[in-house]
Amino acid sequence: MAKKMATRDAYGNALVKLGETNRNVVVLDADLSKSTRTSKFAEKFPERFFQMGVAEQDMMGTAAGLAVSGKIPFASSFAIFATGRAFEQIRNSIGYPELNVKIAATHGGISVGEDGASHQAIEDIGLMRMIPGMTVIVPADAVEAEKAVFAAVEHQGPVYMRFGRSAVPVIFDDSYDFKIGKAVVLKDGSDVTIVANGLMVEPALTAYELLKDKGISARLINVHTIKPLDVETIVSAAKETGAIVTAEEHTVVGGLGSAVCEALSENYPVPVRMIGIRDRFGQSGSPEELFREYEMTPEHIAEAALDIVKKKSKLRG
Amino acid sequence: MEKESLDKLKERARRIRLQTVKSLGEAGSGHPGGSLSLVDILTVLYFQVMHIDPKDPSWEDRDRFVLSKGHAAPALYATLAEAGFFPKEELLTLRKLGSRLQGHPDRKRTPGVEMSTGSLGQGLSVANGIALAGKLDGKDYRVYVTLGDGECEEGQVWEAAMTSVHRKLDNLTAFVDNNMLQIDGNVEDIKSLRNIGARFQVFGWNVIEIDGHNMPEIAAAIELAKATKGKPTMIIAHTIKGKGVSYMENALDWHGAAPNAELTQKAMGELEGDVRG
Repeated sequence: MAKKMATRDAYGNALVKLGETNRNVVVLDADLSKSTRTSKFAEKFPERFFQMGVAEQDMMGTAAGLAVSGKIPFASSFAIFATGRAFEQIRNSIGYPELNVKIAATHGGISVGEDGASHQAIEDIGLMRMIPGMTVIVPADAVEAEKAVFAAVEHQGPVYMRFGRSAVPVIFDDSYDFKIGKAVVLKDGSDVTIVANGLMVEPALTAYELLKDKGISARLINVHTIKPLDVETIVSAAKETGAIVTAEEHTVVGGLGSAVCEALSENYPVPVRMIGIRDRFGQSGSPEELFREYEMTPEHIAEAALDIVKKKSKLRG
Repeated sequence: MEKESLDKLKERARRIRLQTVKSLGEAGSGHPGGSLSLVDILTVLYFQVMHIDPKDPSWEDRDRFVLSKGHAAPALYATLAEAGFFPKEELLTLRKLGSRLQGHPDRKRTPGVEMSTGSLGQGLSVANGIALAGKLDGKDYRVYVTLGDGECEEGQVWEAAMTSVHRKLDNLTAFVDNNMLQIDGNVEDIKSLRNIGARFQVFGWNVIEIDGHNMPEIAAAIELAKATKGKPTMIIAHTIKGKGVSYMENALDWHGAAPNAELTQKAMGELEGDVRG
């Protein structure tokens, strides 16, 4: 059985490694450091850790000030508070001045589970994607999460990273090549393309197998960077497979599905089916129960793929 | 920076007010009232107090200034031009397409602008971050930030006020430009900030109340702030909105409206004829 690890744990570990190699890295948290795992950095580098209390807006502004002064601040909270409560601070004090702040949010999506809708960010990626110049990354597993953190430090400018609460299977190994803005084709195929990111990549891999059993050749692309979007890889997939299914742990309004549709509409329109949350809030439950309730399981992805392959054939007449 | 005589400072403040009004008249929009109320504080900071180098705006040991009340940009721009960060002629491009002088400060465009501001309530947090970085790096630079009184209705100001104290940011000096007016009316009527100094004091700040148009008082308060260790200083500067232009003084209508050509001339005439300078 595959090893399991939460992407937030990978984030916490990566921060400690960065702290050792880059003295400009500083970390801020808003009273959630044990949950976001920034507490590990805090223990090791207390002079470079800023506990801001329950004050996300102030945290983002302070991070901006540290960035103005040449630091590379990582500002962490739960995704809902980081992007929702402090949206306008991120927009005006980080995005607009193009400051080198890394917003590293944990507890993205419904996989937060039992805490319920108030704590489940399903709009964060849309909010961050709308800000001009903001890079948005949603890692799929612990390996990708760590590589994303290292890449974010090398990238000059604001970055939003979304990590998850729950332990999820480790999909990639250390040889996995991560570049911001470069989507990764995990499986090649010709009948349909599944575009997924974050915690939906692993169910998409299972969906790939389900489709294979039914004689459908699916391509699977991990679009870990929603912005800048790897339009070329997505459009090639549209041209070569003729149909796309997107899978995201986010509302289908404004997230990965929307981004893919925007790219396809302008370049090469093909039928699309979006797996994600459909204009609803989350709720309490285990992550597994919630993925079923919101129709985001491997079976749902496979079903959508089968459906769209049929639709594609009909269109072709 | 060598100290300038009071007469010379007053002359600079007069010129800054003149340029502020002229640029606003040319722009046809903007915020004269809260720009003019701040001019004497800006003058003391830029020509008496702050260590800056207009030829090297990003000199790493410079003192830092954050205009949290970003709508006073015209006064900041006129001050920066007076200091030599860019030519005074450029002030007439204020708010025009392609200008380095945006309606509200943009750090990417304007030499000498430390931080982009305009959305109220955010500057004190940013100033805290700069002050924290200064302490972390063992730098001696000081950080100055100006807030509006109406701006202090923003919750983030008080989040930040707690941070400044909690982090013992004695390298930070903040001002409230306490001109008693905000867009919709008197601050007292909109949402009272009565005893604003006491409020900051309770939060743990070293609070000094001054006449924000009396330059020796402004300078003395800043010296007191520098000498205060272990806590940040908040200078509550009692000011007159629209200060220096007779028809704008304490007049609500001049919060966010620029004078037309005729009124611009009238204002400039008053400022040019201001023999006190």
